[in-house]
Amino acid sequence: MSTGCNVPKIDGDKLVRGLPAFVDDITPAGLLYAKILRSPHAHARIISVDITKAMALEGVVDVIWHKDVKQIPHTRAGQSYPEPSPYDYTVMPTKARFVGDRVAVVLAESLRIAEDALELIDVEYEVLPAVTDFTQSLDSDVLIHEEPDPRGISKGGESNLAAMIDVHLGDVDKALETCDVVVSRVYHLPRVQAAHVEPHISIAWIDEDNRLIVRTSTQVPFHLRRMLSTVLEMPESKIRVIKPRVGGGFGDKQELVCEDLVSVLAIRTGKPVRIEFTREEEFVAARLRHRQRISMTTGAMKDGTLVANRMKVLADTGAYGSHALTVQANTGQKTLPLYPMENIHYHVDSVYTNNPISGAFRGYGAPQGFFALECQIDEVAKELGMDRLELRKKNHINPGEDDPISAHLNEGKPGMARRMNSCALAECIASGADEIGWNNKQEPTHPRFKRGIGVGLAMQGSGIAGVDWGAATVKLNDDCSVNLFVGATDIGQGSDTVLSQMCADELGIDYEKIVILSSDTDLTPFDVGAYASSTTYVSGGAVVKAATKLREQLAEVLAAKWDVPAEEIIFADNKAECGDHSMTMTEVANFAFYEAKIQPMATASFTSDDSPAPFAAQFADVEVDTETGQVFVRKFVSSCDFGKIIHPLMAEGQVDGAVAQGLGYALCEELHIDDEGRVLNPHFLDYKIYTALDMPEMKIIFHETNEPSHKYGVKAAGEVVIDGPAPAVVNAITDAIGKRSYTIPATPERIWKLIKETS
Amino acid sequence: MIIELNLNGKQVAWEISPGDRLLDALRMDQGAVSVKRGCESGDCGSCCVLLNGEPVNTCVVPAVKASGQEITTLEGLAEDELMKKLQSSFLDSGAVQCGYCTPGMLIAIWARLNTGGTLTEQDVRHALSGNLCRCTGYAKPVEAILKVWEDKS
Repeated sequence: MSTGCNVPKIDGDKLVRGLPAFVDDITPAGLLYAKILRSPHAHARIISVDITKAMALEGVVDVIWHKDVKQIPHTRAGQSYPEPSPYDYTVMPTKARFVGDRVAVVLAESLRIAEDALELIDVEYEVLPAVTDFTQSLDSDVLIHEEPDPRGISKGGESNLAAMIDVHLGDVDKALETCDVVVSRVYHLPRVQAAHVEPHISIAWIDEDNRLIVRTSTQVPFHLRRMLSTVLEMPESKIRVIKPRVGGGFGDKQELVCEDLVSVLAIRTGKPVRIEFTREEEFVAARLRHRQRISMTTGAMKDGTLVANRMKVLADTGAYGSHALTVQANTGQKTLPLYPMENIHYHVDSVYTNNPISGAFRGYGAPQGFFALECQIDEVAKELGMDRLELRKKNHINPGEDDPISAHLNEGKPGMARRMNSCALAECIASGADEIGWNNKQEPTHPRFKRGIGVGLAMQGSGIAGVDWGAATVKLNDDCSVNLFVGATDIGQGSDTVLSQMCADELGIDYEKIVILSSDTDLTPFDVGAYASSTTYVSGGAVVKAATKLREQLAEVLAAKWDVPAEEIIFADNKAECGDHSMTMTEVANFAFYEAKIQPMATASFTSDDSPAPFAAQFADVEVDTETGQVFVRKFVSSCDFGKIIHPLMAEGQVDGAVAQGLGYALCEELHIDDEGRVLNPHFLDYKIYTALDMPEMKIIFHETNEPSHKYGVKAAGEVVIDGPAPAVVNAITDAIGKRSYTIPATPERIWKLIKETS
Repeated sequence: MIIELNLNGKQVAWEISPGDRLLDALRMDQGAVSVKRGCESGDCGSCCVLLNGEPVNTCVVPAVKASGQEITTLEGLAEDELMKKLQSSFLDSGAVQCGYCTPGMLIAIWARLNTGGTLTEQDVRHALSGNLCRCTGYAKPVEAILKVWEDKS
């Protein structure tokens, strides 16, 4: 068996040796370089663009602006069709809607010439009033999108509302009247950036069959093919999207970011074209985690029973509405089931502003929601005079219970009822509390430090119920090696490895026999891509089904040879056996090819109306320097239920990375934008992500459950563990200093001010 | 202009322009693709190579600075015993996720290990503090390096 074991990462060797594996590592002959001229204004009509001087520069091949490209409304959100995001983009907009919006694109023989040519373009703008304060956007006279949304999601042409959600269960107002304690608080969440180390990069060319080939760093190759077909008005059969190794995505590459531009330019010139974002462009013109203001009102009885919860979200989607509806749907759908209550009101206004664009980022709205919810639970416990952990234990969801909200709220689709068929949350809480020393708090290490402990619980999903699906093809070769073709998208998280492990076990052969090819729209079957923590569960389900079908084909051949019932043949340990009959799998493969003369090969698809929830209980032990406001996380514990673990080291790696990002969200990451819509800190120098020196002592505990809806008992690992760090850390700070920051990141400045405030 | 230098043990002559960065010269002109572009401001460490044995971020070094110097990239350490141990320890420890920052990390720590002296976990973290990684949270890379150190000493 290879599942459950730490087999070698299937793409690891080439990565540690630095061999050509990423988009930019292979350069087509005659490659041209594109650079984007970006708007200096937050809101301005692009009246005309004079490209004469730029075109005259030696080495400049082409310059395009909006008059060169047809205005076809679409969304760049990489989602299943029909995408539940407003169709509010065009390839080259006639109006710039944020500082950094596309105005023109230069194509040149070198990067330097392209950069020089940008300086030579004269643009006539009609500067318009801008709205950058998202709390003012709905009341503003400034209309950011003047056209109606063909999808009917936004209120384009009428207001700056990009998406709205309103879900009522029971009667919150009435229930609150009966409660012993009612707590209302407002939480403020910052814009943060995924900051994958490999920037967005795409290379496109026209091949010898006059087809468009796009090699790109993406999480959604199949969605890209479909979206490119729409914006280029080109049949999908003429487009091939290839995803090589990807240097991290975290949601930021669940989007069409520059693939349309390289395609347009490759088609215009017939030459290979490359666009790569600079780090500054990543911060300004890629995607951000939505800034949110969350108001929460919670009612509880004296005994700690939670009765009613109202959660109102105001979200800044920025200039365009990629994921404007669905991220905010997730803010409620992923968080509110944690404490099932009969009375829930969930409301979202997701608004356009003239700020950089928000989108998908690991957790997809849930980190915002869990910060509010898990801080709120601490606040309710304080009002009740109850232990924070006891209040959680009394109210959290348990195995066999129904999630009250998912039947009414999904990502732009009708809801799907969800029952917790596997849930070790209680065990996670118990072991995590024990590990952090919940009842045995450590003393501060310095007289001016104060010490505290905090907890954040979280749950997420495994794919989008009723929407996500993937397919796999398994092909046996005559030496018993197996080609596994999956649409699933390995972006570094290791899906190629875990899918190969499941394939090997299902066929009863060694992991080393699997040769995987993933994410090439010409060669592999479809998959929605790497998002929503779906791959192990959804794509893994497809691999298991395809491998089962292949095994059945072999069983049929052997049943005829041995004259036994096919279903009695056992495939395990590189052998096929039935009674006294036995053959090695290599002999079986040879027999299939040269005696039976068949190509054993099977394709299968997997989808699910369920999205089983992984769970985590995360605990922080912090010290606060009362003179500087600096917070030191001394220890961080993640106790997790991911279902069955296929590859323990890589599952731990998901926790390590998510916690590093989550601690940044809690303590230091924030993209600052001024009133004019300009990003003030678009570099790693002043947008701080965690370094090796910043990480606390980490402890990871797994409570494996066997999720019954999947043959291998798996759920998901990628996102749930980014949800807990921010509330756990802020709850720990509050425990230490006796005051709460309702705003993150909890920077030294914010905490210092909080300490100095006279209460 | 033409500069001569020693790249991975071989004398080479490069034609460069005065404004070229060492990163572009190595990646785009010399095919040293282990040298990764991440930030172009010297902050992330993905483009780290050895300049006369010292780790430098090539995105902030003018190519002309390499004239007459010794440059070593990960490609140049392919047969080095210590580097091979580090690479296999990274694989065994689960220290590689997307792998984009890995070459820079390996170069930085290889240089540190070659300076000798003792090595604590905090020393490893210091040595890696110029290499940003968004996938691993640094836990497994640190573990992988300490394993090599313990085996070595």
